Amino acid sequence: MLRIPCPWCGERDETEFRYRGDASKVRPAADAGLAAFTAYVYERDNHCGWHLEWWLHVGGCRRLLKVVRHTLSHEIHAVGGPEDQLSPPPGLTR
Amino acid sequence: MRAPGRIARGLLTDPDRPVGFRFDGRSMQGLTGDTLAAALLANGQRLVARSFKYHRPRGIVTAGPEEPCALVDVIGVSGREPNRLATTLLLHEGLVAESQNRWPSLRFDVLALNDLMARFLPAGFYYKTFMAPGWAWERLYEPLIRRAAGLGRLEAIVGDHAAPAETVHDHADVLVVGAGTAGLTAAHRLGTSGLKVMLTEQDVVLGGGSLLDARWSAWRESVCTGLAGLATVRCLPRTTVLGAYGHGVFGALETLSPPEAARFGGLRERLRIIRARRVVFATGALERLIAFPGNDLPGVMLAGAAHQYLRRYGVAVGRRPVFFLNSDEAYEAVFALSGAGIECVVIDVRDSSLAAERARALGVEVHGGAVVEGAYGRDGVRTVRVVDVTGRARRELAADCLLMSGGHSPATTLASQLGARLTWQEAIAAFTADLAPVIGQMAGAARGVFGLAAAARDGESAARTLAAQLVRPVGAAYPGVDLPPDADVTPIAALWEVRGPAKAFVDLQNDVTTADVRLSFREGYEHVEHMKRFTTHGMATDQGRIGGLVGSAVLAQARGVPLWQVGQTRPRPFAQPVPFAALAGGEVREHYRPKRRLPLHDWHEAAGATFVSTGLWLRPLVYSHRQGWEAVLNEARAVRRSVGITDVSSLGKIDVQGPDAARFLDFIYANSFSTLAVGRARYGIMLREDGMLLDDGTTSRLAPEHFLVTTTTANAAATLEHMEFHLQAVWPQFQVLLTDVGDQWAQFAVAGPRSREVVAAVVAGLELSNEAFPFMAASVATIAGVAGRVFRISFSGELAYELAVPARHALAVWSAVLEAGKPFGIAPYGLDALNTLRIEKGHVTAAELNGNTSADDLGMQRMLKKHDDFIGRALAQRPGLAAPERLQLVGVRPLARAHRLRNGLQLVAPEARTTSLGYVTSSTPSVESDGWVGLALVAGGRRRLGQRLIGTSPVHDEAIEIEIVSPHMLDPENLRVRA
Repeated sequence: MLRIPCPWCGERDETEFRYRGDASKVRPAADAGLAAFTAYVYERDNHCGWHLEWWLHVGGCRRLLKVVRHTLSHEIHAVGGPEDQLSPPPGLTR
Repeated sequence: MRAPGRIARGLLTDPDRPVGFRFDGRSMQGLTGDTLAAALLANGQRLVARSFKYHRPRGIVTAGPEEPCALVDVIGVSGREPNRLATTLLLHEGLVAESQNRWPSLRFDVLALNDLMARFLPAGFYYKTFMAPGWAWERLYEPLIRRAAGLGRLEAIVGDHAAPAETVHDHADVLVVGAGTAGLTAAHRLGTSGLKVMLTEQDVVLGGGSLLDARWSAWRESVCTGLAGLATVRCLPRTTVLGAYGHGVFGALETLSPPEAARFGGLRERLRIIRARRVVFATGALERLIAFPGNDLPGVMLAGAAHQYLRRYGVAVGRRPVFFLNSDEAYEAVFALSGAGIECVVIDVRDSSLAAERARALGVEVHGGAVVEGAYGRDGVRTVRVVDVTGRARRELAADCLLMSGGHSPATTLASQLGARLTWQEAIAAFTADLAPVIGQMAGAARGVFGLAAAARDGESAARTLAAQLVRPVGAAYPGVDLPPDADVTPIAALWEVRGPAKAFVDLQNDVTTADVRLSFREGYEHVEHMKRFTTHGMATDQGRIGGLVGSAVLAQARGVPLWQVGQTRPRPFAQPVPFAALAGGEVREHYRPKRRLPLHDWHEAAGATFVSTGLWLRPLVYSHRQGWEAVLNEARAVRRSVGITDVSSLGKIDVQGPDAARFLDFIYANSFSTLAVGRARYGIMLREDGMLLDDGTTSRLAPEHFLVTTTTANAAATLEHMEFHLQAVWPQFQVLLTDVGDQWAQFAVAGPRSREVVAAVVAGLELSNEAFPFMAASVATIAGVAGRVFRISFSGELAYELAVPARHALAVWSAVLEAGKPFGIAPYGLDALNTLRIEKGHVTAAELNGNTSADDLGMQRMLKKHDDFIGRALAQRPGLAAPERLQLVGVRPLARAHRLRNGLQLVAPEARTTSLGYVTSSTPSVESDGWVGLALVAGGRRRLGQRLIGTSPVHDEAIEIEIVSPHMLDPENLRVRA
């Protein structure tokens, strides 16, 4: 089970959060066309390594968090708000 | 009466407190403190089980949870509980246990024939033999195999009467798993440094290996006293860590001691969910078996187990033991048994060793450079054939037990669950686990550091490392008692298998032999995980704890590669069988999930409501306890003819405020809300980004920057999340506040042609005429003296109002409306009547908004905004979502008015009755017309209006003629709601 350090509430169980998917996906502009929206909604990498993802703290502050998590070790490198630019630890992209 | 095997006073047993029990109908006596296995051995009961596949006679092999063979049924007041381990099951007065997998009896088992047939029953046999005909697997072969093979049988009665269990959440700085010398030292040092420590031990007492060595008693007592005096340390004996789930979360099962169970009202187990910043795995090492012919005979045991039975329970497992071993550590058992006056013979694969010299000095007969070629005897060991490693000199030894030790493997299961890599250690012929420092430390034998004193020092070093990481000065050493020194040792000589003509087992529980492993290799299952699946090696409760590495070694030999290249199978939680009752804890029956009650729940109950669960909510279904539709139709008829009132407080309500509220709702909804005037409500639909419908409901504009969104009951939480996510992730620049006000507002629908008169009687300050307050108007108002809101919206298709008041005023307002409605015969109506009304009107609900329907499917395509962006806009325009053959919403009626409809009825064409064209989603008897009406999703439904189809339910053996009609079966011009 993940323990996610919420910047507002402290470290909490994963069960308090709702996973909201890949946070590296940015909603395309309204006129971007079908291909761009298809990619936004459906196309996901399934890679082994650091992953930027959304977690909504529904059982706590109800804030949306951006989390950098390693998909193999589950290590959480960084947690921030939607406005934060988070990146994986240097030299460890895989 | 003294049991024949009881030769000494045990550490855990009380000779003055005998305990009577029964095994397979035979009365026996043990002592308080015994496990069932210890008592059986004391009574000379060697045969305790029949094996899984070959029904071979089996005895007790170990003295702990790693036991592969001695599984029994326990018959208690609540029924038969299968697969209890005799080696951990504590004896109590009146215990009744029975052996498993035998018929008619343990000594004479008919299916022991399987053993003679063994050459025709190798691994993979089932899959290759029981192939054809295809139907026979499920009906014939599988039931037969399941009857012939297997362990205990589960009786459902246990579930119903299962002993109560509870779940407890624990937090600690450091979790120390295992209370041997390493774990005790680590816990003590971390505790004295001020860190909060939780120490778990699967055994009933703390001490681990030190319990077996009298020299360590003083040290153990001193540390345990020290720990008991530390407020920072919690010691949990009888607690097994079952799984490591990452991020410092562990699951552990605590079995309560009889006095504690009595104190907690019969509570048997406690599931502990432990959250810790760091962990110390001081889980010790597990002794391994050696694969040689006959290594499964009753009387063949692990050497360490014999040591434990003697020391802990005073039980000699035999009087003429032959030891078969390859390491100095295993000689501890030889010294103990020999010291108790038992004449021991040792077969050591090594030519010489320090331990062998010490044994010889004590007068023990040691044969170096020899192996056991086989163990023989009917239903138990009688002779052991020994051969020189050169293969020349053979001799036969008479023996009543054969005590084997293939060395010790560090217990790495939990570390492996956390992704620790295994490293081969030639010096101990075993794997150790490399645990990441951020997770914690391995300590003692679990790290391959053997010897009690060495392990204690290793535990101290682990504690130092962790204390430094957690920024604490390490605490003082326990006072006074020096560590008894470890003896010098000669290294182990790896020995996995002695090949011979008869079966040699690597897995005693699943009846997997060395030949099965080699067959697996020949069949192409070379990877150790594939070998496991092919042979079942290491499955079930065994988990390869005593034979897993041996199986890997046999596979490595077959593949011609070193053992470290083959590795071990990866263990998964749980590390030990867990009763479902313990996992369920208190969340059973009515406590399975929380209930949400409406503000007026008590009123509904007093009014005779039958309740129905919708999501977590309990809602009145109908105000009657009688079966049938009559009461429902009476309620619905009251609405159609005069006036009714229903509690819709469970609808989701989201308050949306801020300068950008209207813009935000325009993005969230497929239709526009920025164009909505203050004081008006509008029906809206929202899509998911993939273009499918998410939810619907009415939204009212109470002020220029203040909206109130209502959602369906079922989707209330999901809709709020959907809005919150998009507000924060996609439009964070919007100044909008979302507040869930679902619990704060009670809401009632007053519906029917006389509703205006009723509402007018309770509302002050609001002109209700059609001109002043038309359909879809919304306003604040004083309702029965309470500041609330009035919406002119309708789900029933009648003239209707919804009144919203703060939840605490619900009863006063509801009562006032009932009072005002009395002259009109107002009746409360439940969810069933609400459903009847909305189906007649063709309004959709969760049955139609099922996640697979698009706006076009439900005939709402015109609601989608043409120009501006909204969630789901791009993908809703995919041509496929408006394809003419998609399932579309229609109304359905049986041609014969006497026929009833069912939800889920499949609709087929009369000429193609096996091709489903769609199905009925909602159905009800009608109050507006005769017979039943329903809504359905039908392929190309809108083109089929007027068509006749067959509605069929094969499971009910039903097929009726159906007519497809418009879903707007009532007042299609919408005159009533505007009246």
